[in-house]
Amino acid sequence: MPTLIRNRQIVNEPSPPDLVVFEPTDDLAAKAERIGALGVIAVNFPKYGDGRGYSIARLLRERYDYKGELRAVGVVARDHLQLMAQCGFDSFLLREGEDAQAALAAFDDFSESYQANAAQPVPLFRRRAGR
Amino acid sequence: MYLYDDIDQRLVDERVAQFRDQTRRFLEGKLAEDDFRALRLRNGLYVQRYAPMLRIAIPYGLLSSKQLRKLADVARRYDRGYGHFSTRQNLQLNWPKLAEVPEILAELATVQMHAIQTSGNCVRNITADQFAGVARDEIVDSFVWCELIRQWSTFHPEFNYLPRKFKIAVNGAVADRAATYVHDIGLHALKGPEGEIGFRVIVGGGLGRTPAVGHVIREFLPWPHLLTYLDAILRVYNRFGRRDNIHKARIKILVKERGVEKFREEVDAEWAHLKDGPATVTETEIRRIEGRFTRPAYEKLADVDYTGLKTPFNAWMRRNVHPHKLPGYAAVSISLKKTGVPPGDMTAEQMERIAELADHYSFGELRVTHEQNLVFADVRQAELHGLWLELRGLGLATPNIGLLTNIICCPGGDFCSLANAKSIPVAEDIQRRFDDLDYLHDIGELDLNISGCMNACGHHHVGHIGILGVDKNGEEWYQIEIGGNQSPASLGKVIGPSFARADVANVIERLIETYLALRDSESERFVDVVHRAGVEPFKKNVYANLDQKPANRQRALAA
Repeated sequence: MPTLIRNRQIVNEPSPPDLVVFEPTDDLAAKAERIGALGVIAVNFPKYGDGRGYSIARLLRERYDYKGELRAVGVVARDHLQLMAQCGFDSFLLREGEDAQAALAAFDDFSESYQANAAQPVPLFRRRAGR
Repeated sequence: MYLYDDIDQRLVDERVAQFRDQTRRFLEGKLAEDDFRALRLRNGLYVQRYAPMLRIAIPYGLLSSKQLRKLADVARRYDRGYGHFSTRQNLQLNWPKLAEVPEILAELATVQMHAIQTSGNCVRNITADQFAGVARDEIVDSFVWCELIRQWSTFHPEFNYLPRKFKIAVNGAVADRAATYVHDIGLHALKGPEGEIGFRVIVGGGLGRTPAVGHVIREFLPWPHLLTYLDAILRVYNRFGRRDNIHKARIKILVKERGVEKFREEVDAEWAHLKDGPATVTETEIRRIEGRFTRPAYEKLADVDYTGLKTPFNAWMRRNVHPHKLPGYAAVSISLKKTGVPPGDMTAEQMERIAELADHYSFGELRVTHEQNLVFADVRQAELHGLWLELRGLGLATPNIGLLTNIICCPGGDFCSLANAKSIPVAEDIQRRFDDLDYLHDIGELDLNISGCMNACGHHHVGHIGILGVDKNGEEWYQIEIGGNQSPASLGKVIGPSFARADVANVIERLIETYLALRDSESERFVDVVHRAGVEPFKKNVYANLDQKPANRQRALAA
């Protein structure tokens, strides 16, 4: 079974049967009214290099103010995790074959980012000013 | 130079550690080949025809002598003692060992260099006008804005897996020397009515398989909005750019399919949410970046009168020396286009000598141009003769900037696994054919660009003469275009069926003869004549003269 990481912890639980999955081509505006009522939203990454889900995550968090769990599913690998987390994902269903324990280290690959991100809504240049 | 602070340095160091770990996992079989490809490309590492190729970033083409010495050191210790300057103002090493690349990156990090995002489907090295900071027609110092964009684009969490590569150019002067109309995004600095700075935003230009001239989607974007507007463009592209066909994945296709108006509306709708948000650029940040750039300690000097000089120094002064905003100074192009040397190539020894010369003559800094030459931006006019003598001794004083033999040329089939045909030997044939300097100067300004395949790394579409290597039944042939131009951008037109390599130099000669017969004065350039008289007279002369040649009969058979 693929492993789930939530808030940097490996958790053993099956995916909920009614999990709402956003595909890269979904019209967010059309689905938007339901968003507030959902406890978990999954965003699918159909390919290793398909980056549409990163924008979808940011839109859900920033435009639609979604506060619930945001889960990356599909081709989700160790080397994606930090960027995904920066875009607002907080849970990750790793693809089959990923070493979940080793993958936890990926969240700390970089100690800073130039851009605003989910954990740090102010871009680096605005924080540098006070240094 | 922009000097890193501790955070800039830490991020580059962390990138080295990340790639070291990725390489280790790949070599241990824990990371699949395809996945590793996406990761190594983001660190400039290709697997090429004969060996890996490492593309080292030279952000907006600006280098210090210390960095150039390190590049020489790396080229010597990890490669075969030379490097190739590319049309994206980067440096490519053609023979590194995959397992040693993390070490190379660690070496580069010691001099504030890296290979971040020099390939892959992400925002690439930002390119700029090579005379930034010294041009007389300057509006802003484009390097400052390039550095702002470099930081914005570095590891951008949302835009690291775009449909395709993404190239941004910034031009800070009145004349466009950064080819802003043939980039995914071109930014051209302007002054508003109150003297405020803004940017004309051009989207959807590009070369490659489907060349396109970009469209202005915003005539004047006030500078504080630069990053939020870029975010909006990139978000529309990331979400809606085509991912089903690699040849239709660049933003130019999206702009074309949507139509410029519709695309602009979508960007504006996105921007409405981002505008005035936290990514709005602050005056403080621009001042901070400006303050981290080293600035030459200029002296008050008077212009030096060099009139009445004898060739060949005069030829070099005319072609390779450019005006500077301050009296008594000049900018100097160092030609990497000597006949017999692959265009853009430089040995480690030359790099070290150039680093010394940069220290002595140009405040320890230099620039790499998209024409694959180098520039010393701040040379005292009184020292030009001394510099020329030094450069001549190194074989780097060829007085051909702007002339036919200053050929832009990709590495081609000699190195690149994508190439359909070799490009370097074609460049050499042409340079040999036009080795008479007086004739070359008489022909006047002419950009000749060669690409070994339709990916167009040699920018053949915007050469006044463009040569494209094509494959026909496993043989190398060359298609010739004329009438392309970098600025104002226009794309060349193919003159007809392609030629065997042995005929290319003859064809160029016929084109030049046609031009010389048609021009109304010396000031009417080759490209002007093509635009005035059309392709037809050139075509007629070329094909009429080639019909009797044996190679041409073979071409007819192969076609």
